[in-house]
Amino acid sequence: MTIVPIIKRDYITKLAEQGKRIDGRNFDQYRNIEVETKVVNKAEGSARVKIGNTQVLVGVKIDLGEPFDDSPNMGVLSTAAELIPLASPDFESGPPRENAIELARVVDRGVRESQVVDVEKLVITPGEKVWIVFIDIHVLDYDGNLFDAASLGALAALSTTVIPAKRFEKELPEGYPKEDFPLPMSEPPISCTAVKINDFVLFDSCFDEEIIADARLTVATDNNGDIRAMQKGLSGSFTKEEIQKVIKGALDNGQEIRKKLYQSTGK
Amino acid sequence: MPNEGRQVVIPGQILGEIPALIPGRGTFVENKKIYAERLGVLNIQEKFVHIIPLKGRYEPIVGDFVIGVVEEASTSNWMVDINAPYPALLHVHEVPWEIEFADTEKYLNTGDTILAKVLSVDESKKLQITLNDRNLFKLKGGHLIEFEPSIYRRIMGKKYSMIEIIQKYTRCRIKVGKNGRIWIDGDAEGIEKVLLAISMIEREAITFGLTDRIEEFLKKDAKDVR
Amino acid sequence: MKSDIELITREGKRLDGRGPHDLRKIKIEAGVLHRADGSCYLEWGGNKVLAAVYGPREAVPRHTQNPLRAIVQARYNMAAFSVEDRKRPGPDRRSVEISKVISEALEKVILTELFPRASIDVNIEVLDAEAGTRCAGLTAAGIALVDAGIPMRDIPVACAAGKINGQVVLDLGKEEDNFGDADLPISISPRTGEVLLLQMDGHLTVDEFNQAFDLAVKGCHTVSEIQKKAIIHKYQSVAAEVQE
Repeated sequence: MTIVPIIKRDYITKLAEQGKRIDGRNFDQYRNIEVETKVVNKAEGSARVKIGNTQVLVGVKIDLGEPFDDSPNMGVLSTAAELIPLASPDFESGPPRENAIELARVVDRGVRESQVVDVEKLVITPGEKVWIVFIDIHVLDYDGNLFDAASLGALAALSTTVIPAKRFEKELPEGYPKEDFPLPMSEPPISCTAVKINDFVLFDSCFDEEIIADARLTVATDNNGDIRAMQKGLSGSFTKEEIQKVIKGALDNGQEIRKKLYQSTGK
Repeated sequence: MPNEGRQVVIPGQILGEIPALIPGRGTFVENKKIYAERLGVLNIQEKFVHIIPLKGRYEPIVGDFVIGVVEEASTSNWMVDINAPYPALLHVHEVPWEIEFADTEKYLNTGDTILAKVLSVDESKKLQITLNDRNLFKLKGGHLIEFEPSIYRRIMGKKYSMIEIIQKYTRCRIKVGKNGRIWIDGDAEGIEKVLLAISMIEREAITFGLTDRIEEFLKKDAKDVR
Repeated sequence: MKSDIELITREGKRLDGRGPHDLRKIKIEAGVLHRADGSCYLEWGGNKVLAAVYGPREAVPRHTQNPLRAIVQARYNMAAFSVEDRKRPGPDRRSVEISKVISEALEKVILTELFPRASIDVNIEVLDAEAGTRCAGLTAAGIALVDAGIPMRDIPVACAAGKINGQVVLDLGKEEDNFGDADLPISISPRTGEVLLLQMDGHLTVDEFNQAFDLAVKGCHTVSEIQKKAIIHKYQSVAAEVQE
């Protein structure tokens, strides 16, 4: 584990007291965001997102399968994340541990609970056969704020996903259209994450800020300005005012990020 | 060819033959032929050919000044991260303080930063460092950043010309560790300028005329220089 | 039956239009990641691989340390979305075997004696797969090692040859790998010609093996030139930029 030098921690805090950050950004400012879709040919949908130096690749694969017992009329969504050793000297190989699992589940909830993917349209034969959407998040370069990079990547990948019905021709029942079709999606909520260092709330933390942060809060907002998901992480705490700050920053940045998403997916 | 900067060489690249040339650092010999062993810049002085590395982890040499970050305090020593492939040991006898048994934490604890010197490196690369010297001490305040260790010489400059220029125009106190770490103390503006200068040196390490360009860059809205 | 599919016409044209001795298109970029000590992104035909090197660093756990030299640990992994039928994340037996043969190939060229007790960790991620991923991965790993400043005797490179419809060809593509008669991936140290990795499956006469081997070696040399250009370009280009 990388030890954080006290000098560095103190410097970041000292700068924050003067309203500054180590890379010159404002507290609620994001680094440069780049979204590129259709980057993996074998995947039915894919996107590569860069936020500053953080880089995440998300691939969507489609398969046929059985629905869950308690939801026979809905397709299945499954999200997994891998913090591969490529991305950071501190990531070890092996099955996903709590950080990777939390990341996957937060992205998953953001997609699932907001009903961005219309899972009812993914039913082939109720109770028997549905489309399964696998979302795989592959972290390539870790410089902070994986939550936003992964969420944005998942949305961009899903937005350009095509269900390969033609390939599964033989397994589809008669009467079910055998042509490829785009994954049915609606307006996505955009997730924005801030961390707290002492009493300062900073959006889109870089690695140095993230490892000294006391607490973290992710807020997903939709096009109407409503809140769709939230997740607090790390062992520090937030005051009510700080939460309000994060919500406001998430709404503002969410709009900008949504524009970027539409630009890259052409929607 | 001066217009292309210095020549970049890669592992396995042939550089010359013995006895026309004499193999130096960063080279290896097979059948009297001299080859580069790593990515770097070719340097031939008189008949000695050696490679100045462009990338690579810091490899400790006895006598090197290094900036270390304490990993843990044990009863009679500390383990210190000096950005090398191995952690370094700092023994209680190698510090200027009288330490009571198991009181090590009172003096240096996890996260503290020190300016130290490499004391010994044995055959299996076990490292020891020391703080026993007037020039060595615990660092407080300021900012700490890392740089590519192979460009240490560029940051110092010929006869320290580069580092002096940086200190002059930014009014910052700077300590450069051979192990790819720099400690900077000054006001936020000055520190920011030092960071930009270091980035520029990292990017343009193999070019000529770098010292002048850095001076140009720092002169722009520099503070009053006495 | 395998030989029912026409993979190569009588005129020597393959399914993707290549001639029997043509390589697929290769694109290489060095130093693409920020956290890794060295990295490389490589596209080879439809393959997309990313290689990253960390090290030398202390080998952990302690019992894996070799007091005389560094250990080389290559980890080859395919992303879940890199293949047509999604692959369950995590190493499978195939990945473990490929990781091992790649580690062994790299160990031969790295000057491991310079770093006792250390580990040089090489990570190869296949992001998009289309036959020949281990060759693409090893080739990318070679550049990532140079980019990390690791001392080596030479830059390892890999390429495969095979047999389709009875004819020996270079660099098998997807269908050729699935329906062909033999596959021979090799890795060499281009300077000395030493073979660092060699695997073969299928059916070859001794004569055919010799043909395929020579062809693969030739392919290796061609790819080696592309590797070298990529790494020198990355580092020399700054000089050109500045002198303008």
